[in-house]
Formats: sequence, structure tokens, C-alpha cells
Amino acid sequence: MEQKSHIEAKKLNVYYGNNHVLKNINLQIPDKKITAIIGPSGCGKTTLLKSFNRMIDIFDEVKVTGEVLFDNENIYKKNIELTHVRKKMGLLLQRPFPLPMSIFDNVAYGPKIHGLKSKKKIRELVEFYLKETSLWNEVKDKLQAPATSLSIGQQQRLCLARGLAVEPEVILGDEPTSALDPIATRKIEEKFHQLKKDYTIVIVTHILRQAKRLADYVIFMYLGELIEAGPADKIFNEPEKELTKEYIKGLIS
Amino acid sequence: MKNTRNLKDIIFKNLIKLLTNISILVLIGIFLSLIIKSAPILKEKSIIEILFSTKWQPFKKEFGLWTFIISTFYVTIFSLIISVPLCILSSVYLSEYCNKRIKIFFLSIIDILAGIPSVIYGIWGVIIIVPLIKNQIAPFFNASSNGYSLLAGAIVLSVMIFPIIIQITVQVMENVPRELREASIAIGATKWETIKFVVLKKAQPGIIASIIIATSRALGETIAVLMVVGNVIKIPKSVFDPAYPLPALIANNYGEMMSIPLYESAIMLSALILLIIVLAFNVLARIILIRIERKS
Ligand SMILES: Nc1ncnc2c1ncn2[C@@H]1O[C@H](COP(=O)(O)OP(=O)(O)OP(=O)(O)O)[C@@H](O)[C@H]1O
Ligand SMILES: [Mg+2]
Repeated sequence: MEQKSHIEAKKLNVYYGNNHVLKNINLQIPDKKITAIIGPSGCGKTTLLKSFNRMIDIFDEVKVTGEVLFDNENIYKKNIELTHVRKKMGLLLQRPFPLPMSIFDNVAYGPKIHGLKSKKKIRELVEFYLKETSLWNEVKDKLQAPATSLSIGQQQRLCLARGLAVEPEVILGDEPTSALDPIATRKIEEKFHQLKKDYTIVIVTHILRQAKRLADYVIFMYLGELIEAGPADKIFNEPEKELTKEYIKGLIS
Repeated sequence: MKNTRNLKDIIFKNLIKLLTNISILVLIGIFLSLIIKSAPILKEKSIIEILFSTKWQPFKKEFGLWTFIISTFYVTIFSLIISVPLCILSSVYLSEYCNKRIKIFFLSIIDILAGIPSVIYGIWGVIIIVPLIKNQIAPFFNASSNGYSLLAGAIVLSVMIFPIIIQITVQVMENVPRELREASIAIGATKWETIKFVVLKKAQPGIIASIIIATSRALGETIAVLMVVGNVIKIPKSVFDPAYPLPALIANNYGEMMSIPLYESAIMLSALILLIIVLAFNVLARIILIRIERKS
């Protein structure tokens, strides 16, 4: 691959107890592109995505071998300053989880914990990112309302704004539209299209059509292994591996 | 077959109905009898005078309850001041930091703590806490105290309400969805920031409810407090002074000196006031708990 890359996995293995969930993964995520991770349920897509900002070993007993390089630094080495690594990657979950605070504070949360004090700057940031996620017009009159009062689709865009407000370089999305209706899904997908100018985006999806609509680059996973990775055109139109062909045709799911 | 099942169903349904009604009737019955028994004194004196007078001289027909009411609140408030911060910190440790085995170990100890009869707490207070205050704590603050004090009552009481607050708080903290923590951590928050701004925030209503339940328990706790609090009828000026809460007044005096006119009625009125205070706190707790359930 000719592109320079922020995220790179080398011989990455992940185990939940005895369950070998990611098997010897080697990959590079191209910058300023949308990468889609596809594959049948349980194949390790979420685990792979969360291994990029090291969210897998917070709550569970997990064994990780190999490396994930972020800006050429292995984030699994000891003594790494993880808050900085995570700040550079916004994570969007399957269902939106707004923090238990107001709409305004949800977006302001990240900048505040990273040390931004100026009230004026915070207000500007909040407005900017709510506009960036096309939410501003819908919420500008109720910024102090609890974030849970928004619709699910709005909440997901709020979570996107919350992630963007710490100015990450990468957006990670784990089936970020799976709880949304078609219209809200469209809105998020449009956002991703606009955002890839400035951000590297990685999304997990089990909807092949969504992958086709969005992805520039595709990673196909099966039972914990990376079967095939490459430009979207190639994976969808002339995949090399038999398994990929079958999955694209809808024979395995 | 089917008939017996239906029959069982009907019998069971009516049985629960009956039991529920009985418990309500008991409460109403207690209320009514207390009102009837406290009627004589209410006929002679205004309720305001009784509530806010500090004169307690049964032989002169002075039955001011303010000293006892204020002592009740003091003991309760000080016990909360001691236990709430400790309980919240322990709950944070148990639910967020320690490993599963330690957690199960501590929670089962706390379960046991909850089941210890209050008289045992009282004895522990007399043997350990009272001398500790007399010999160590009071001298340290340049105060003199025989140990039987507001502080002793508050300490004993705070240990008794630990289990209530910790059990509920740990549970509400564990019910905070993991994804919410992930969302905060993914933004780059540290674990402590996540706990402070997200987990505790989300658990806040439940924590408040646990404190209210603990408060109503503390307000009514009788024997353990009575054993260590000194029972001197004077509004305490410092935590090292003795106090005399309402439950202690009732327990110490009921059945004695009943020949004095209006005495029994005054004691009954204090019981009624205590009941009303405790009930009010319970209702508050229920309302808050219902709100939490609706939200989630
Ligand atoms: N917290 C966990 N503890 C133990 N095992 C887990 C945990 N999370 C995932 N696994 C296991 O790891 C494997 C991969 O899970 P993962 O969630 O990454 O799959 P996925 O591809 O995202 O699936 P889906 O499409 O259903 O979301 C599964 O076998 C799963 O059972
Ligand atoms: Mg998944």
C-alpha cells in the first residue's frame, strides 16, 4: 500500500480466556479513507475495532500478543499514556450512549477533561461540532436539556459530536447505524462521507450494502482470521479468496 | 387437575391480598391508637408549644419535646456525616476497583453486619467507642467527656447504617451500563474521571435513595443509641456532650411514672411524632426509587 498509515496491526492475537478471538492479524488502515470491517457475527469485528484504541482490556481478562501501532507507537507496550492515544480516536458504539448530563455538557465533556478552561472556547467548540454533525438546528434551543431526551438518531449524532470535539484523527464506529432508522442511517452515512476529508474512518458493519455505499477499503474477517483486505472495488468485484466470494454472494452469513 | 390449579390460584391471590391489607390495617391501627393516646395532652397545650419548648418537667406539667427532637436530628445527621463519605468511597472501591473475590468477600461480611442485633452494636459502643471518646478523642480536642455522647451515638449509628448504603450503592453503580464507561474512556477520560463524572452521576439518584433509607433507619434506631448517647435532657453544644433522642425518651420512660398526669400522653405524642418523621422519610425514599425505576 502506497498510503502512509496511522494504524497498523502486526501479528495481533487476542484471547478471551481460552477463546482465541483474533488470530495473527496483520493490516494497515489507510489514512483519510473509510475502511469497512465486514464478516459474519462473532468473527471478531468488534474486538478488532476496539483493539485499535485499546478498549478491549479495560473490563475483561484479555490476553493480547503482537502489536497495534498508532503513529508508529505500539499501544500495547507498558507505560503508554493511553488517554492521549484514545483522545486521537473517537469511538461510536452500536447504540448511542449519551453521558448522564445535558446535551451541551456531552459535547463539552471531552474538551473539559483534556484541560480546556475558557467558557467561550468551550461554547464555540460545542456549537461547531453540533453543526458539524447537523444537530445544531435541532438542539440549539435546548442545549441544557438532558441528552437522553433526544431521539436515538439524534443521540447517535450527539455521540459523534462528542467524539469529534476532542479533535481525533480517527473515527472508529462499531455498527454505528444498527439502532437507527433508514433516514437517521442516511444522515450518519452522509456525515462519514464528508468527514473522510479530515479523518481516517473505520467502521464495522454487517450490512454489505452499507459497506458498498461507504467503504474505500474493506477488511473481511472470518472466525478470527483476516481473510482478505483491499480496496472496496477489488473485494466486491474480484475477490481473490473463495470465502470472500461466498460471503459477498451472501452464501455465508 | 385444572380445577385444583384454579382453586390454588384463587386461594393464593386472596391470601396475599389479605396479608397486604392486614399490614396496612396494622399501620393505621398504630396511628389511631397513638393519636387517641396523645389526645389528652393536645387538649391542654398547643402542639407548637410542645414541639418547640425545651422545658421537660413532668411534675410541673411541662412537656417540651424540642430537646429530644433536635437530639434525634443531631445524632442522625452526624451519623450520616460519618458514614456517607466512607460508604460512597467503599462502594466505589468495591464496584470499580477491587477484584471479584474481594468484592464477594466484603459484601458477604456487610450482609452479616446488617443482621447483627442492635443491642450488640450498643454493647460494642459501650465497650469500645465510649472509652475511646473519653480517653482519646475528647482529650485530643481539649474537651472533657465521659464518653457517653452525641459522638458515640453517631459513630455506633453510622456503623449500623453502613450496610444499607453500601449494598444499595454498589448495586446501582454496577447497573451503570458498561458502554457508558466505555464512551467516557474512549474520549480519553481516566478511570477516576469516568467514575466521578459518569458513573457516580448516573448512580446519584440511587445513592440518594439509599441515604434516605439509611436516614429513616437511623432516626428510629433505639437501643444501640440509647446505650451510648448519655440521655441527658439538654441540647448538646458539642459532639462530646450527651444527647437524648426521641426513641431513647420513649424506651426509657414508657411504663414508668405513669401516675403523673399527662405523662403517658406526652410519651405517646413523642412516639407519634417519631412515627411521622420516619414515615415521611420512607415515603420520600419510595418516591425517589420509583422515579429511578421509571427513568431506566
Ligand atoms: N467480553 C467478552 N468476553 C468473552 N468473550 C468475548 C467477549 N467479547 C467477545 N467475545 C467473544 O469473542 C468473539 C468475537 O466477538 P466480537 O464481539 O468481536 O464479534 P463480532 O464480529 O463483533 O460479532 P457481531 O457481529 O455479533 O457483533 C466471540 O466468539 C465472542 O463470544
Ligand atoms: Mg460486534
